[in-house]
Parts: sequence; structure tokens; C-alpha cells
Amino acid sequence: MNTLLFLLQKEYRQIFRNPTLLRMILAIPVIQLTILPLAADFEIKNINVAIVDYDRSTYSRDLVHKIESSGYFVLVDYNGDPKASFGYLESDEADVIIEIPEGFERNLVRENHEELFLSINAINGTKANVGGGYLSQVIQDFNQEIRADWVFRKPNKRSAIAEMVTINRFNPLLNYQFFMVPGILAILVTMIGAYMCALNIVKEKEVGTIEQINVTPVKKHLFILGKLIPFWTIGVFVFSIGLFLVARLVYGIIPVGNVLLLYAYLSLYLIAVLGVGLLVSTYSQTQQQAMSLAFFFMMIFILMSGLFTPIEGMPAWAKFITQLNPVTYFIEVMRMVVMKGSSFEHISRHFAIMLGFAIFFNSWAVWNYRKTS
Amino acid sequence: MNNVSLESIAKSFDASKPPAVKDVSFEVSDGELFGLIGPDGAGKTTLFRILTTLLLADEGKAKVAGCDVVKDYKQIRKEVGYMPGKFSLYQDLSVEENLNFFATLFGTTVMENYDLIKDIYVQLEPFKTRRAGKLSGGMKQKLALCCALIHRPKVLFLDEPTTGVDAVSRWEFWEMLKRLKTEGITILVSTPYMDEASLCEKIALIQEGRIMSIDTPMAITAAFPKELFAIKAENMSQLLNSLRDNELVQSVNAFGEYHHITLVKDSGTPDAFTDRLPMAIEWKTIEPTIEDCFIHMMSA
Repeated sequence: MNTLLFLLQKEYRQIFRNPTLLRMILAIPVIQLTILPLAADFEIKNINVAIVDYDRSTYSRDLVHKIESSGYFVLVDYNGDPKASFGYLESDEADVIIEIPEGFERNLVRENHEELFLSINAINGTKANVGGGYLSQVIQDFNQEIRADWVFRKPNKRSAIAEMVTINRFNPLLNYQFFMVPGILAILVTMIGAYMCALNIVKEKEVGTIEQINVTPVKKHLFILGKLIPFWTIGVFVFSIGLFLVARLVYGIIPVGNVLLLYAYLSLYLIAVLGVGLLVSTYSQTQQQAMSLAFFFMMIFILMSGLFTPIEGMPAWAKFITQLNPVTYFIEVMRMVVMKGSSFEHISRHFAIMLGFAIFFNSWAVWNYRKTS
Repeated sequence: MNNVSLESIAKSFDASKPPAVKDVSFEVSDGELFGLIGPDGAGKTTLFRILTTLLLADEGKAKVAGCDVVKDYKQIRKEVGYMPGKFSLYQDLSVEENLNFFATLFGTTVMENYDLIKDIYVQLEPFKTRRAGKLSGGMKQKLALCCALIHRPKVLFLDEPTTGVDAVSRWEFWEMLKRLKTEGITILVSTPYMDEASLCEKIALIQEGRIMSIDTPMAITAAFPKELFAIKAENMSQLLNSLRDNELVQSVNAFGEYHHITLVKDSGTPDAFTDRLPMAIEWKTIEPTIEDCFIHMMSA
């Protein structure tokens, strides 16, 4: 026990003497968590739209007003020349071109039917999809309004309108950041845990100090504990700064669920992640190797975790990989507890799986560590 | 029981290459200052790593302080001190912190064994709050020695302790080893410098993983089979070439100011061929050094 205390004392001393490391521990949660969610915002605003109006009637102007006032669109041109408008699409000045055909109002009133032509720049699929979706909604609204208008004018000619009412549960304002921030925080904690732990151990190998330790009677498990505990505390520290300082003050995210439950899961999760770091260190002789190996795993962990793209939309084999990724479970738990307020019984499966990961990675690492030295 | 013994130790790292050490056997008695002498890549570090339980030998048995290096490795780790060839203490910890840290790992304190390291530590004391990485080469080496001694080991392994250290510090270091010997510590030291061999009580000459000879330095030089001559002339490189072409000369080696030669005939002297050389020479009979013996054995 005494030996462990001295090992820890030495480790903390080295950490506190490493200014770069200290700055990273502070800068990662504060700066990255402030910047990244803004970049990972899928909400699309300021869609540039050019309108070619051949009709120039009251209805067509009403429609243009409605599009303009929705807040999502910026009108870059309004004219009657189709060639000029298509040029906007080519030069990337407009994302959408709307063509209102001649006789729009007349046909709508007489034949109760008219077609609009939308031309969308689909290089950015997401933007095209979302922009097209917004636009359809605006046009549908417009449609309903004029119908209601007619019903009001001719009360005997009633037409039934079924309206859909949607309530957004758990994130009423559809704030994208509420969804991204907890997920990104989970990733940051993962990177810090795995990278720092792996690099620190490999540095001892590189410098040769690990040999100097190996010729002493220090037990292997004490040495490993002496490495894991400091990085476990750093992980908890980074998480706390991210949760209480950045998420709360910058984004106004206050976990709906129990914070202690979140910390309980974090504790277990960090053990699993540090196990990955330890494992990487047992397979690397130099910090460069460790860095490349950790980078390889991190890319998979991040992109296959459901952070940016929903897992439900992935093909079956990719879904299978996400199930083998510990980050997936932590992001899920973060979102469940922070946004939905899930309690222990809802995430007990996640606890069990993470316990499995922790045992698996650490046993593998310790087994390989024994074998090589 | 502070002795060390090896019995046909062999180790190879890559099956396609010749083994790092092969069939190495020798014994070091209690309290002896034993030198492992050989060039870079001869297998000195491999042997030390096997004896300090950092590496498992493929074949053979070895005992350190009465304990088997495989079965009783835990006991050995309590009783040996190891100073690797490369400085491997914590560069970001101070002199004092390094020393205290290693003392606690061995379950002891600096004060308990202070008398053993006192002579060395007094030179380090002015820098005790300095980070180990910021020490000069000689100071680093002294600190490493202190850390290897802090638990009063029975056997001390020093892997090339004087490599990269200036001449004055090298002799100081050997003085320190002699003092440690009086404490009854068995010391194994490896070095590529042949001139240090005569400072050991017993030496093993090692080359390409095999031991060529084990004896006291005196006995090894005495066993040199021929009479040895040192020859000097104005133009040394011309002399070297003409000596090599001379059929009376058995071996020629450049040794700084002189060329060392042995002759084919046992009773001859260089006078026998001075008239056949293109220049005037100066010669004398000399006592062979360890280096002469080493070169002789290598070519044999």
C-alpha cells in the first residue's frame, strides 16, 4: 500500500511538472467543447434562394413573402429570367431556385391545381435535403392558407383539413447542441484517457525507466495501478469541467437525470478506456507507435459511435461494429441521462456491458504486459 | 553467498541471425570486482539483462546471490543493483526525489544506507534539487550509481558505466568501485575500454556472444604466447605496409605511437629484417596489454 502511494506521488509530481500536459487537461474540455459543437451543428439556416416568377400575381408574391419571412431563406434574386437564375446555382450564390410558372394564380383558382418547380444544388446532400424539406413545408403551409381562405369566403363549400400537431419531447426547441455536447464530451474524455495513459507508459519504455523499475521488487499490479489511478482522476476532472463549466455556462445544459449516476457510469467507463490505453502501450515500443495505434482506434471509436450519424441508419455490419465500441454506450448513457433523465434501471444493461469491456481490455492488457516483460 | 554463476547460457533474439550469446559459463566469487570486456555488440548487455532477471535465457542456468534467475527472480530483484548503460532515471524528478523514490521501491530509506553512498552523494549534494535531466554526464552517472546502491545490494551490475564519460571521471569512477568492494559487494562491470580491464580482479573477454578467456588480467597478459615488439618510424603508414608484406612478421597492429608486432620465429628480433625495410626504425620489447591479447585471440 505504501509503495502504491509513492508511485502515485511520483506520477502526480511528473504530471504537475509537465506544463504542456497541464494546459492540455484544461484546454481540451474548455476550448474543444466550446468550438466543436458549433461545427457539428446540423441545423441549416440562411439557405440562399433565387426565385423566377413568371406569374407576378398576388398569390405568387404572397408565396415569395412567406418564403422570405420563414427565417431559413435569404432571397438573392427575384426576377423573370431563368437563365440568370441558373447562373446563381452554378456560381454557388444560390442553393435553391424556385420557378413559379405563368398562370400560377389562375390555374390554382380555376383548376384547383398547379405545379411549382424547385431546382436544388445537391452537392451537400444534407443541406439540399433539409432546405428542400423546409421549402416544401412553407409551400404546404401556403397551400393550406389559401384553402382556408376559400373556405372562409365560400362557407358552403367546406373542405376537410387534417392538421398534424407535433410535440418535441426531451428537446422541445430541437436544439442541436443539447444532442451534440454530451456526445462530444464523452469523446474528449475517451481521448484523454486512452492517449495519455498509453503515451505515459510507453515513454517509460522509451526512456528505459521501466527497466529500472522492473529490477526492483515492485509488484506489476501496483505499477499498473500507479499508472491508471492518476489518469482516472484526470478523466474525472476533465469531465467535470466539461459538464459544469462548459455545458452549463456556455450551452445552458443541465442534466435532467441524476449527476451521481452519470459519474458512476463515467468511473466504470474510464476503467475500460484506460484499459485500452494500457493495451496500446503493451503493443508499442515507442511513443510514435503508440500514437499511431491509438489514432487508428480513436478514429473507429469516434466515427462508429453514433456521435455524428445515427446508428439506426448504418448497414448491419456497421451496426455490429458500433455494438463492440465502448464509446457508443457512453454517448448513449450521456444522452439518456442528460436529456431524458433516465435512471439506473434504464441503463443497467449499459452498466453490465461496460463492466464487461473494462474486464476484457484490462485483462488482455495485463496478460500481454506479463508476457512481454 | 554473493556470488554469480552462469552455466552454458544462450540467448538469440532472431532465429535467422547468430545468437546474441552462446554457451557462456563463468563464475564470480564473493566480493570480486569482475570485468566483462568486449566491443560493442559482443553480448555484454544481454548477459546483464539475463542476470538481472529482465530477460529469459533460451538455454542454460544462472544463479545470482544463490538464487536461480528464473525461479527466484523475486528474491534477486531485492538483492541486486543494476545500472543500465543508458541513463534511465526520471529526468523530470530532482536528484533527491529520484533517490528517495528508488529507496522506497526497495522498502528502505536514504538515511538507512547513507554511509554506503556518502562518498558519492556528497558530490551530488549541491545539485540535489536539480532535475536529473539537467545534470552533466558525470553527475548523471554518479546519481545512477547512488540509485543502484541505495538498497545495499549484494551484487551490483554496471553496464558500461564509463562509456561517454571523460577520462578524469572514468578514473574517479573506478576509485569509487574499489571503495565499494571493501563493503563486500560483488561487482560485475562491463566495458568496451581495454585499458580499464587491468583495474578488475578478474576479467572475461567476450566477442560475438562467446567468452574467449577468463582469468586475472595478469594471467591473461602472461599467457600471451609470443614476444611482443613495438616499432616506430618516421612514416608510420609506410612502415605498416612493409611490415605486413614481410614474411618474418606474424602479426602487425597499429597502436597509436607504435606498431605492435610478433614474429614468426620465436627467438628472433626485428634486427633480423631492419636492413630490408626502406626506412630507419626504432624498436623495443614490450609487455603485452589486454588489448594485444584480445586482438590475438580474435585472430586466432
